[in-house]
Amino acid sequence: MRPVNVIITEIIRETPTIITLRTDIEPDAAPGQFVMVWVRGLDEIPMALSHPGSITVQSVGKATEALSRLEVGDSIGIRGPFGNGFEVKEKGDREEKEGDGEEDGAGKGNKIMIIAGGVGGAPLLPLALQAHSRDLDVTTLIGARTADELLFEEHFLKCGAISIATDDGSKGHHGFITGAMELFNLAGFDQFYICGPELMMKSVLDILRAAGLEAMAQLSLHRYFKCGIGVCGACTIDPSGLRVCRDGPVLSGDLLIKSELGKYHRDATGKKIMF
Amino acid sequence: MSSTDLSIQLTGLELETPTILAAGVLGTTGASLKRMTGEGAGAVVTKSIGSEPKEGHPNPTMLKLDCGFLNAMGLPNPSYRDFRKELSIASEGGVPVIASVFGAHPDEFVEIIIGLKGASAYELNVSCPHASGYGTVVGTDPVLVEEITRAAKRTTDVPVWVKLTPNVTDIVEIGEAASRGGADAVVAINTVRGMAIDIHSGYPILGNLYGGLSGPAVRPVAVKCVYDLYKALDIPVIGVGGIGSWQDAVEMMMAGASAVQVGSAVHDNVNIFSEITSGLSAYLKANDHCLDDIIGLAHRKVEP
Repeated sequence: MRPVNVIITEIIRETPTIITLRTDIEPDAAPGQFVMVWVRGLDEIPMALSHPGSITVQSVGKATEALSRLEVGDSIGIRGPFGNGFEVKEKGDREEKEGDGEEDGAGKGNKIMIIAGGVGGAPLLPLALQAHSRDLDVTTLIGARTADELLFEEHFLKCGAISIATDDGSKGHHGFITGAMELFNLAGFDQFYICGPELMMKSVLDILRAAGLEAMAQLSLHRYFKCGIGVCGACTIDPSGLRVCRDGPVLSGDLLIKSELGKYHRDATGKKIMF
Repeated sequence: MSSTDLSIQLTGLELETPTILAAGVLGTTGASLKRMTGEGAGAVVTKSIGSEPKEGHPNPTMLKLDCGFLNAMGLPNPSYRDFRKELSIASEGGVPVIASVFGAHPDEFVEIIIGLKGASAYELNVSCPHASGYGTVVGTDPVLVEEITRAAKRTTDVPVWVKLTPNVTDIVEIGEAASRGGADAVVAINTVRGMAIDIHSGYPILGNLYGGLSGPAVRPVAVKCVYDLYKALDIPVIGVGGIGSWQDAVEMMMAGASAVQVGSAVHDNVNIFSEITSGLSAYLKANDHCLDDIIGLAHRKVEP
C-alpha cells in the first residue's frame, strides 16, 4: 500500500521525553500491531500504535526527532497496520481448555500481567484497555528511569492494579522492573505481556523461565526494519529465521528464550551488534 | 506425487525441485535462508554481498502497489567478511546455497568470491537497478559483463551464474557477453526501473526516489527476456520475475527457463515453493510430461 496521508490533530506531552501524536485516521488495528511512519524526505520507521489513531514517540534518532518537532496540522505518511498483535484471551477460556485436558497454558487468560518498560508501554496500553473491557484482571508493572518518565500511569491505573519501579527510586520500587515482579506470585497469572528495552525483556523472561512460565509470555520485539512487509529479511531473528515485522513483532516467550534475545541484534547492514 | 520427481541438474548442481529463492529476499541471515529451504526451495540465493559493509538506502525501501512491488533496498549487506558465517549456517539447510555478489569491477567480484568460499555457486549481480556504481551500471556494458564473468570463472571452480537486467535495449547482447565470459547460466530478470510519487505531498515515496519493479507486473517482461535468451544462448536460462504460482512457473519454463526463482511472492506466502512444486508435479503428471518436455516448449511450437 502507498502511505496514507494523516494529519496531526493533537500533541500530548506524556513525559519530558515522550509525546503522543494523535491523527485524524484510526486504522483498524489489533493491540501490538505497528505502522510504518514516513517522515517525508527523511526516513520511514516502525512505530507501535498506542491507540488506533496515535503513535507515542521518544526522540532517539533523526526520524523520531523530526516527529517530535511536528505541530498540529502537519502531516505524515502512514502504512499499516502491520505485523501480528498481542493475543488477548477471553475470560472463561481457562475452564473450557482445562476441560479439554490442555494444561500447557494456552487458552488461559483470566488474570494477566503487563510489564512495560519506558516507551515500551505504547503497544501495551491498547492491550490493557481491551483486556479491561473484556473483564480480565489486569495488573501492570511500569518501569522508567525516574518518576517523571513513567508512561501512561493514569491510563494503566484505570485498567487495574499497577506497580511501579524507577531506576532512581523517585517512585515505587527503587531499581529495575524485575524487582517489582518479586512482589507478586507469578504463578497466579495466566498471561504475561512485555515490551521495553531488550535487556529488560530478557531479564523478565529469565525470571518467567525460572518459574516455568515462559510459554505464557508474549513479548513485542524491536528490530531494524527495512521493507516492513516481510520480504527483505532484514529483521529476521536467529535461529528460527522468523521475520519480526511479519511473524512478529509479538513473539512468544518459549520461542524467544531460545533466540538471540538479549544477546545481539543486527544493524542496517545485517551485521550482528552485541548487547 | 513426491517432489523428488522434479529433481534437476542445473549447471552441475543437484536440485530437488526447480524452484529457487531469488536474491535479496529473506537472504540477510543464514537462519532465514535455512528457513526457506524448509519451505521447499530447491536452492536459495543470498542477499547480494559486497566488499564493504553497506547500509543501503534510507526508508521507505519497499512498497506494495496494485500491480507489484517497488523496492530500492540499496544493496545493504555486512560485507563478505561478516557474511561467511551466515553462508555456512544457510548451508545446513541441505540445498545448494548460491551467493549473490556485486562489485564495481572484475577485481572486486574476484575479491568477494575468494572471501566467500563455500557457496555452491555464485550469482553475479550486474543488474541491480538502483545502486550507484553497481548493478545495472556495469550490467549494461557487454564488455564489462564479459570481463567480470571471465574473472569470476577464473577464480572459482563452482558454477557462475550471471543475473541480467531488463533495463537495456537488448538483453540478448548482455546474455551473449556473459556466455562468452564463460557463464554457466544466466538468470533473467532483475527488477524493472520504476517510481512512485505521493500525491498528497509530491514527494517520491522511496528513499532512493526510484527503484525496481517486481511482482506480477513484470512477468510478461521476464517471459519475453527468457524466451529471447533461450533462443540465443547454449547455456541454461533461469527465469525470475513475477512468478507466484505453479502456472507462472510452467509459463516461464515454456519460454525456456530450466528453473525458476521466486522473490516477491513470498510476501503473500512463504510456503510458495512447496505450492509451486506440488502444482508443477501434478501438472506434469496430468499431462504425462517430464520437465524437459515443457522447457522451451513455446519455441518448438512456433519453430518446429
